[in-house]
Amino acid sequence: MSSDAGVKPRPRLKAKPRPRPIREPGLPSPELLKLRDTLPRAGWRVVAAKELGDHLLSVRFIVLLFVIGLTAAIPLYFAASEIRAAAPDASGTAAVFLFLFALGAEEIQNQSVFTFLGIVAPLLGLAFAFDAVNGERSEGTLPRLLAQPIHRDDVINGKFAAGIAVIGMVIASVTLFIAGFGMLRLGIVPHGQEVFRLIGWVLVTFLYVSVWLAFGLLLSVLVRRAATAALIGFGIWLLLTIFGRLITEFIGGLLRPAADATPDTILGTIQLQQLITRLLPNTLYNEISLVLLNPSVTQISTPATIDQFQQAQQQIPTLFSLDQSLLLIWPHVVALVALAVVCFAGAYVSFMRQEVRA
Amino acid sequence: MTRVDTSTPEPRASAAEPVIRTRGLTKRYGSLTAVDSLNLAVYPGEIFGLLGQNGAGKTTTILMLLGLTEPTRGEARVLGLDPAREPRLVKRRVGYLPDAVGFYGGLTGRQNLRYTARLNGLRREAAETAIGDVLVQVGLDDRADDNVETYSRGMRQRLGIADALVKTPDVLILDEPTTAIDPLGVVEILDLLRRLVHERGLAILLSSHLLTQVQSVCDRIGIFAAGRLVGQGTVDELATTFGDGAATIEVGLELTGENDVTRATKVLGGLDGVESVVAPTDAQDTWRLIVRPADAEGRVRREVLVAAVEHDLHLTAIRPIVPSLDDIYRAAVVRRAA
Repeated sequence: MSSDAGVKPRPRLKAKPRPRPIREPGLPSPELLKLRDTLPRAGWRVVAAKELGDHLLSVRFIVLLFVIGLTAAIPLYFAASEIRAAAPDASGTAAVFLFLFALGAEEIQNQSVFTFLGIVAPLLGLAFAFDAVNGERSEGTLPRLLAQPIHRDDVINGKFAAGIAVIGMVIASVTLFIAGFGMLRLGIVPHGQEVFRLIGWVLVTFLYVSVWLAFGLLLSVLVRRAATAALIGFGIWLLLTIFGRLITEFIGGLLRPAADATPDTILGTIQLQQLITRLLPNTLYNEISLVLLNPSVTQISTPATIDQFQQAQQQIPTLFSLDQSLLLIWPHVVALVALAVVCFAGAYVSFMRQEVRA
Repeated sequence: MTRVDTSTPEPRASAAEPVIRTRGLTKRYGSLTAVDSLNLAVYPGEIFGLLGQNGAGKTTTILMLLGLTEPTRGEARVLGLDPAREPRLVKRRVGYLPDAVGFYGGLTGRQNLRYTARLNGLRREAAETAIGDVLVQVGLDDRADDNVETYSRGMRQRLGIADALVKTPDVLILDEPTTAIDPLGVVEILDLLRRLVHERGLAILLSSHLLTQVQSVCDRIGIFAAGRLVGQGTVDELATTFGDGAATIEVGLELTGENDVTRATKVLGGLDGVESVVAPTDAQDTWRLIVRPADAEGRVRREVLVAAVEHDLHLTAIRPIVPSLDDIYRAAVVRRAA
């Protein structure tokens, strides 16, 4: 073999392309001149399409898909053996398929898929919104964007829509992943009501993340720097989802009734404590998930009177149908919707009132 | 710098309707009056320069013209439309290059323009045609498919102009179009603007604090100081308004000795209308004749030629000194303050 054979062709130095001098402008074609009065029919769709493309190609999408997938996979892995054990006994009656989402294992302190998601999913909402408006502002693209013939709210609506779409995609794929795991590895298939309960739960999860998306959007409008908005957002997330329970327990402790309190006072206090925990979106989400994914949960609130309390204790264990479950957690769902609407409305109004120039 | 392109049509001030007109346009932010009773008219086929220091109210005026901020008082008409009431129609036909324009760094130049085209309601084919055209116009067609992150400031500025042109506008509003561009790039951009006006009959409103550039490219100029328009018109008109009433002629003479200098001083100083003669300190330099009144300048120039022949002075150069916008601007701002 000659020594030349091993010599690689020398890489050619590529000259850095330089901008060419400006050429003669041609007159615009007549059809372009004719289009001068065309306005986009739905500006928010153009904004949303562009934002969605950005999201799907972004690193944060891949990271979050991975994180959420892992969040679902860990409890699923530990719960799998318990489900396998429970499946033969429960055949035909209980909602075994939903155990995939609702059953925990001792190794992970009986935390289920939905409690894990309740903690981690808000990140998904925050991550796709915290820099939505202030990012455009700091990059200097906002004046250019607003100088296009769209309505001003098209910008914020489009960004919210894109966030909703990407959240929907992540949640749907994670749910399908869990369902697929259950069907293929554990051999359990969903039955009629279970499918509807699952869809209901997916929608509620979606709603829950939307609350955080709207909150992130609000921060992105109010806080000028994206990094500050992210810090505030994640700080509040940490406070509400991780330390929230500790805080509400502390407040609950202060309200503890005296030793000689009547049963009615005790019940009243417990109700008040419950109300405080329900100020946390995380609690709302967990209670909705519990009811939707477990038909045997027929009560989530503390009874209001002693009579009701006694009644509840004498109750024969029973299964709720979907509409009964829905009725039970309807106020919770409404509360979540209200939270999302308030956050989005706040973001919308302050964006519309802001000056273009910072 | 002087205007070289003499073939440019004069602004049809009397014939055409103005594309931009404001009456008593005022904007207040709290107690601060950013723009105060502005009356402005920009006609098709002209480049109008808004001249003023930072914070003089130029950008606020532009934002009001685009309907991006509401005037406190007064009204604006752009292409016959009220930007406060019909901002979308105005913005569809007005191309805007913001001060410190930004782009999405992760997208290519072409993708950035595509987004703008879509926001203007252009369908795919029309958008691609328009994008291809404007990229060639600004000389970015060979870098169009690189990410904007890799662009230099000058290239971003050009992309900004392409972005303003992609909607095939009738009016261009450019906020500080030449800041942060190298001198060669500035010449190219000003050249492009001239040709757009010349070939397309576009009207351009540009704001700048760079006096020489404004003077070199603008047909008419409005001088802004502390939110008020203190003067508007061509450079010559402004010179008449704000000048001190004198004109200057630069004369180059080939002189041999000391007595030549005294002779020349006597001859030139003796001409009718010449107020004073400034002799050069060294032989290479030129003479300066201060003429009063300023409109006698043309006649004096002819007389200098005749006198040079009669008195055997070897003339090497003669030219009128165009009043510098610098001086006009200073005079205008000072007069406003006084």
